[in-house]
Amino acid sequence: MNRAWRARNHPAYWAFLVHRLSGLALAVFLPAHFLVLGQALRGEAGLEGALRWTDSPLVKVAEIAIVVLLAAHLTGGVRMLALEFLPWRDWQKSLAALAAGATVLFGLAFALALVGGG
Amino acid sequence: MSASLLQVRVWRGGATGAFRSYEVPRRESQTVLDVVTYIQRRLEPGLAYRFACRVGMCGSCAMTVNGVARWTCRTHVAKAVVHDTLEIAPLANLPVIRDLVTDMREFFDKWARAKGRFVPTATRRDDFAVVCPDRPERRAADAAIECIGCGVCYASCDVVRWNPAYLGPAALNRAWTLVNDVRDGDHRTRLAAVAGDAGCHACHTQMGCTERCPKEIAPTASIAGLKRATARAAVKGEL
Repeated sequence: MNRAWRARNHPAYWAFLVHRLSGLALAVFLPAHFLVLGQALRGEAGLEGALRWTDSPLVKVAEIAIVVLLAAHLTGGVRMLALEFLPWRDWQKSLAALAAGATVLFGLAFALALVGGG
Repeated sequence: MSASLLQVRVWRGGATGAFRSYEVPRRESQTVLDVVTYIQRRLEPGLAYRFACRVGMCGSCAMTVNGVARWTCRTHVAKAVVHDTLEIAPLANLPVIRDLVTDMREFFDKWARAKGRFVPTATRRDDFAVVCPDRPERRAADAAIECIGCGVCYASCDVVRWNPAYLGPAALNRAWTLVNDVRDGDHRTRLAAVAGDAGCHACHTQMGCTERCPKEIAPTASIAGLKRATARAAVKGEL
């Protein structure tokens, strides 16, 4: 294992990385999201075209990734609030594990709904 | 024990230098400090390193061992060794004076900048202050008070690396003990000192300090406490 990573290889650092990277990825996604929604300003046809494009399987799979990113960022944020505002307990690693578990749950639920619904 | 010889790479030089390799006999219950001492006494008399108590009290022997900051006197080789190899370097985030010795001035200057000095409100003619051990403030101070100033948390903190002005976990932890000291008379100045850009709010909660502290203190908890205390003070208009 790389030495620089060895010092950082602990659950709280992973939680930090996941929270930060998911936030950055969502920040990159948001303008694209608004761009698609903005097609409505040019009329129904433009929006319809964009929405049809989102029906492609690749975009559907990417949607799961977006939901996982959202869930990771949300649960990471809740973890952070609990850590900073609740009285300190020796449960910080459990908190990170809980956030990770909830993220996977959200992702799976969405993926299953997509498959079941599709 | 898989091998009778340890391959040890030790940093030699100052900020610019290089690792030099040594072979050290493997012993039972050997600590990393034992290894460094063996090298200095038998192989490399010019090797500079710090230690004093050898029992985890003085906080002077911290080094980077295979990439992780540790107190070397209480770290068994078995815990840190990777493939019979040890790489021993000075603590990160501090200027290197020579070999394994770092300049700790900035580290301790930050304790002063965080107002880590007790400000008494009584004189020697007053009676002893009575602080109930069950008080929440006393318990919070107790949880953070055993710091030995070894610098392991400071060397393990990415925020210190990114923002050299950041006061760091040890200084903020010290400030938190005094914020909870009911005898102290200058809480407001201290909170103002730790509320700035380089203070508690700069912490990214990566918890490297809490993960690595050899005394099992949680500076992250102290920093979270300071964040709440400074926020409360700001709302009240005291900052």
